[in-house]
Amino acid sequence: MANHEMKINLKVWRQKNASDAGRFEEYAVKANPDMSFLEMFDVLNEQLIEDGKDPVAFDHDCREGICGMCSMFINGRPHGPKQGITTCQLHMRSFKDGDTVVVEPWKAQSFPVIKDLSVDRGAFDRIIAAGGFVSVNTGNAVDANSILIPKDVADEAFAAATCIGCGACVAACKNSSAMLFVSAKVSQMALLPQGQAEREKRVVAMVDQMDNEGFGSCTNTGACSAECPKEISLSNIARMNREYLRAKLVGN
Amino acid sequence: MSQQLDSKIPQGPLAEKWTGYRSTVPLVNPANKRNMEIIVVGTGLAGASAAATLAELGYQVKAFCFQDSPRRAHSIAAQGGINAAKNYQNDGDSVYRLFYDTIKGGDYRAREANVYRLAQVSTNIIDQCVAQGVPFAREYGGTLSNRSFGGTQVQRTFYAAGQTGQQLLLGAYSALERQVGLGNVKMYARHEMLEVVTIEGKARGIIARNLVTGKLERYFGHAVLLCTGGYGNVFYLSTNAMGSNVTAAWKAHRRGAYFGNPCFTQIHPTCIPVSGHYQSKLTLMSESLRNDGRIWVPKKKDDNRHPNDIPEDERDYYLERRYPAFGNLVPRDIASRAAKERCDAGYGVGPSKMAVYLDFRSNLMNKYGRAEASRLNIENPDEATLVRLGKEVVKEKYGNLFDMYKQITDEDPYEVPMRIYPAVHYTMGGLWVDYELMTTVPGLYALGEANFSDHGANRLGASALMQGLADGYFVIPYTIGSYLSKDIHTKSISTDHEAFVKAEQEAQDRLNQFLSINGKRTVESYHRELGLIMWDKCGMARNEAGLKQAIEQIRALREDFYKNVRVPGSQFEFNPELDKAGRVADFLELGELMCIDALQRNESCGGHFREEYQTEEGEALRDDNGYRYVSAWEYKHGNNWELHKEALEYENIKIAQRSYK
Repeated sequence: MANHEMKINLKVWRQKNASDAGRFEEYAVKANPDMSFLEMFDVLNEQLIEDGKDPVAFDHDCREGICGMCSMFINGRPHGPKQGITTCQLHMRSFKDGDTVVVEPWKAQSFPVIKDLSVDRGAFDRIIAAGGFVSVNTGNAVDANSILIPKDVADEAFAAATCIGCGACVAACKNSSAMLFVSAKVSQMALLPQGQAEREKRVVAMVDQMDNEGFGSCTNTGACSAECPKEISLSNIARMNREYLRAKLVGN
Repeated sequence: MSQQLDSKIPQGPLAEKWTGYRSTVPLVNPANKRNMEIIVVGTGLAGASAAATLAELGYQVKAFCFQDSPRRAHSIAAQGGINAAKNYQNDGDSVYRLFYDTIKGGDYRAREANVYRLAQVSTNIIDQCVAQGVPFAREYGGTLSNRSFGGTQVQRTFYAAGQTGQQLLLGAYSALERQVGLGNVKMYARHEMLEVVTIEGKARGIIARNLVTGKLERYFGHAVLLCTGGYGNVFYLSTNAMGSNVTAAWKAHRRGAYFGNPCFTQIHPTCIPVSGHYQSKLTLMSESLRNDGRIWVPKKKDDNRHPNDIPEDERDYYLERRYPAFGNLVPRDIASRAAKERCDAGYGVGPSKMAVYLDFRSNLMNKYGRAEASRLNIENPDEATLVRLGKEVVKEKYGNLFDMYKQITDEDPYEVPMRIYPAVHYTMGGLWVDYELMTTVPGLYALGEANFSDHGANRLGASALMQGLADGYFVIPYTIGSYLSKDIHTKSISTDHEAFVKAEQEAQDRLNQFLSINGKRTVESYHRELGLIMWDKCGMARNEAGLKQAIEQIRALREDFYKNVRVPGSQFEFNPELDKAGRVADFLELGELMCIDALQRNESCGGHFREEYQTEEGEALRDDNGYRYVSAWEYKHGNNWELHKEALEYENIKIAQRSYK
């Protein structure tokens, strides 16, 4: 365990609210390699408060990479330089003493800034509300083992279902497309027998809502999947395109 | 006049109580349901499932969460699994056995009727989740897979890799969002409840703060459901999310809801140890790992050898040694205390010496490696082959947990044993509720971890998810009818009512107070200091002198907080520091009550270990004659409390000294 202190020069995006133009501000922070990136921000904020300044607002909650709330754009990459993790799982040992680190919020028209590094991702909830579910009221279910699902199908559905809805895919995409997020849910349901009854209706409703929210289109760059902390596969987008075409063909 | 506690347990034999209740509970007809509004605070497993189900039934629901989306509630972080008495493994499980294990696991401090109902509905939960498309782990034949958890000898835990909570919550969240889309639920994200509004003694609404604009808002409901989780963050360091808090439950408590068993806290044995003073939270390593990991420390004190260099006969597998029948799968309270005992005695490992090893190498090679080798017809496989083959199996079972561990510690648990130590994880205590999940305030309910009812003094692994979903999907939809059927003539009450005005003013006054102190210390520093007091004196081991001291220290800290805290910014903006100030202020009151409760309970049971009360072997020593009750605390003006007792009757289980030997 390394215990030496490191100095980090932070350039942080500060924006009072959605209508403020915003600007970068610079801070020098003393960190420790075993600290998480967000703990470094805690240290910065305590320092700012003690100095009578405004702390940096950022979203975070579980701090173990599963709730999807943290959302920093670090040195030009969502969730920072390492693959397969969220910002809260990033540790300072991934940086060097004396590094300058630039931190911005997710930048996408459909994710308006609330303050500093916090953005509004309500659009994702509205896409799920449009169709990301199986319409089964409580009490309607049959015995769980009466629906047999081959292991490989269950595993593939699970892999898609591990999406944490953080929005890194949108932030990573030059078009601010939400295709990876939407396709992950469409895929999970399209793969499973439980999702078949609403298969066509679901994909059309979710894609329509995605378009209404102003997300851009997909041009197959693959940055979304490369930057996804849960490594959601690009093949989900291909599946969603097939599902969408199929739905249109069968007239839904 | 002290109110008599009526737990409203239905008459009749245990196995028929719930079915009998369901068949006779008054109903609200569909036309009336449409005119009734229900407030649900919190959108974790209990809240999301309750909000969705009540909306499906036709009620008008308003749901609130402080996170930016209901999908982020901390249920999402539950790893290992969810119990259900399906007996799919044909290994002798039954509703009774799940009931029995839960009561025994809770060290005979839970209510029989509630726990039996929980075991009964557990099977419906799995059916419901599968119907929603929750991708549980499956066998090659397509059936559901199970694994073992602590405190049981059957395999009844359903799981989705190490992300079961995530998958269950996303299932409940999708059901909730479906109702949002249909217009039956109005969702208020980034809202924090700051007051319960009562009119003529009944809960009739809440005051919530919009965390983006900072404005206080008033909401009416015929009933209010608190599904706001536990209060483990009173310890500052815990496995809870940073935002998890007691505020909603505490405001309800101050409005008259009794608080049940506040000192019953679960310290989870397998968490990643603290690494520095800047630490903001602790990360759990799922109990399911104890299926395949063996816990040990060196037999020699201060043994600084690399763990892989310590030979087998110089390792003390202390859980297997002390508890041969359950071994590494003893309940959490027992595993935690045993780890503390070894570390306190000087056998701890790692830089802080406050850790033990959780080692997968033996099962990785001998259990999975050999099975794979035999499946692949590899004869006499060498060690490297066994490790390689075993690693693939272990990766599939727990891969994300191993990755998490490596990310945090920079060590590879496939190669080196994990270092783990107990950490605060769950609170069995919570708002006192009756069989219908109603608190002592009529119309105010508490579901999931926010109530006290099902886990006694220690919760078994994989039972929190079960309880949250049982309460939300299958209990409250029935029991709320008992109350609302009598309320169908009540029209929606205007939020201009003086009770709303007054409650809003109280919330406003508190916000003004926080912002006007303008002292020198950060909110965080108070929270950290409170956490240290709680962990040292009201943590894994407690004693009379320490608890008395803690009460004095907490009072002094609270006084200082109101003189010297600095909350930056203003009310009418996005101001996370102000949100946190309110939460820490409530923890500063709760902490005192927890110590008072621990002090009055002159026995050890489950997670509550009073050093004065232990057997010669160091096990918890209960006092069933003196303390076989739920302590339910009534708030009195100025942080005073009156104790009420609900006696616990065991008619179907013979109380015994809990043994896992």
